[in-house]
Amino acid sequence: MEIFGVPSALLGSQLLVGLINGSFYAILSLGLAIIFGLLNIINFTHGAQYMMGAFVAWIALNKLGINYWVALLFAPIVVGALGVLIERTMLRKLYKLDHLYGLLLTFGLALIFEGIFRDQYGISGQSYPVPELLQGGVNLGFMFLPIYRGWVVVAALTVCFATWFIIEKTKLGAYLRAGTENPQMVQALGINVPLLITFTYGFGVALAAFAGVLAAPIYQVSPLMGSNLIIVVFAVVVIGGMGSIMGSIITGLGLGLVEGLTRVFYPEASAVVVFVIMVIVLLVRPAGLFGKA
Amino acid sequence: MNNPNSMFARAIPILFGALFLIGLVAPFAVYPTFLMKILCFGLFACAFNLLLGFAGLLSFGHAAFLGSAGYVCGMLVRDVGVTPEVGIIGGTLAAGALGWLFGVLAIRRTGIYFAMITLALSQMVYFVVLQWKATGGEDGLQGVPRGHLFGVIDLSNNIAMYYLVFAVFCIGFFIIYRAINSPFGQILKAIRENEPRAMSLGYDVAKFKLLAFVLSAALAGMAGATKTLVFQLASLTDVHWHMSGEVVLMTLLGGLGTVLGPLVGAATIVSLQTELADSVGSWVTVIMGVIFVVCVLLFRRGIVGELLALIQRAGIR
Repeated sequence: MEIFGVPSALLGSQLLVGLINGSFYAILSLGLAIIFGLLNIINFTHGAQYMMGAFVAWIALNKLGINYWVALLFAPIVVGALGVLIERTMLRKLYKLDHLYGLLLTFGLALIFEGIFRDQYGISGQSYPVPELLQGGVNLGFMFLPIYRGWVVVAALTVCFATWFIIEKTKLGAYLRAGTENPQMVQALGINVPLLITFTYGFGVALAAFAGVLAAPIYQVSPLMGSNLIIVVFAVVVIGGMGSIMGSIITGLGLGLVEGLTRVFYPEASAVVVFVIMVIVLLVRPAGLFGKA
Repeated sequence: MNNPNSMFARAIPILFGALFLIGLVAPFAVYPTFLMKILCFGLFACAFNLLLGFAGLLSFGHAAFLGSAGYVCGMLVRDVGVTPEVGIIGGTLAAGALGWLFGVLAIRRTGIYFAMITLALSQMVYFVVLQWKATGGEDGLQGVPRGHLFGVIDLSNNIAMYYLVFAVFCIGFFIIYRAINSPFGQILKAIRENEPRAMSLGYDVAKFKLLAFVLSAALAGMAGATKTLVFQLASLTDVHWHMSGEVVLMTLLGGLGTVLGPLVGAATIVSLQTELADSVGSWVTVIMGVIFVVCVLLFRRGIVGELLALIQRAGIR
């Protein structure tokens, strides 16, 4: 079976890779958007925190014997706790200054984390086995679907929509949205805004670590896995605009798919296609697809 | 004499004169290649500072200008066979043109988005350089000859090369100094401090930002092209985002928005890297990160900024 002269199995598997990458873009840009909304900083450490999520899972498996399913919860908690520590001890001091200092601080932190892991584990990747329950694959007729890859997409989307639900439909989410709009007013109404900020940063970071654990069995667990990804995610954020949660999810997934298609039809451009789309969006709609004004 | 500012104004020409003399005799006391590296990165950081320190625009993609100019200069000198000064001019113009492209896109957004856009665009340049055959992919451009300046002076002599680099630095530094202390520089500062106000005074803010961006990119390119001649190599590290981060660090450490800060910062970082490269290996990245964090949290004025504050306090007392 062929579609546009391309075997459907090839098209299908590249679209699946695109969908997986898109899920990671979605989770990571979602975390960036939540953090930006309340803290007004761009968390450059996000890529390093994604990498650390994968490494915590790997270390937990090899040194402590903690399996994948526990790591899925354990790694986000560990990395999120580190995030809380960073927010309490460092980021907090910068809120009154220009937002750019937050970017610079988190950039420095990213260098530190990346450097430490590179010193410990080198730049070659470590492999993380696919959990037993999710090994193998199913034949869908037009393509072969490895079960783990299907699981990644489902898990990532579930977490994205759960986050959307928490922010848009619950009381806690209402506080968060109110805090984004007008922190002084929310504080005056008796809500502990500094605590809310700490929680938000921790949560955003935990999302990145969760994505890291999901990625561990697919990609090599390496110290540099986050830094290359995060720059693409920045472009995703510029394309989508950080105004809307659903916007981040849709933009992330969509760009992943476009990247997958590019890999089928014009592989040379697949590394830059997201950046090219960013350029077009900036020319046509500078505020981003879902941005306000 | 009691006014510290007038004392200061009188001290500046003396300081610059002294630094110029030091620059002239330095290659006889210190290893010239090391000095050339400092001057190249110093010019790079000064060009970057023009944008961040005076126009308030944080570009996280300046490596693209340093690197692409290096590649253009390398290709011109090695593959086309032009003389080195033509190579430097070619690299500078190429970086300026690239800067115009970046600028047109990036000034459509402000603040954090501006930083992210420039970073993403420079990553695109990185991939192009990586995949294009003419740029040598992972190997970079190797064996770029230094050639003969104006077809006469042999630059394979390190001292001759040093004086060319010193001249390039002085030209670049003079352009930046003039730009900062001109009406143009004043308008940039006005935009940095209060953009809506500058706009309401009738200034075409977008045009001035773009002009500053192109100027900064071209001068960063001048540094990159010269650096390629010094090391006879244009490599991927020059276009990598780590380099964009490094120039931010140099500027921040030396003193954001000060005239000499970036040079001091570049000298400090280059010396540190040279010192540490043998002893600590891969910890260099960690140390750079720590300096970043310390600068942002405790030392935002940078070395020169702190010194200036100290002098001013002494003058008031």
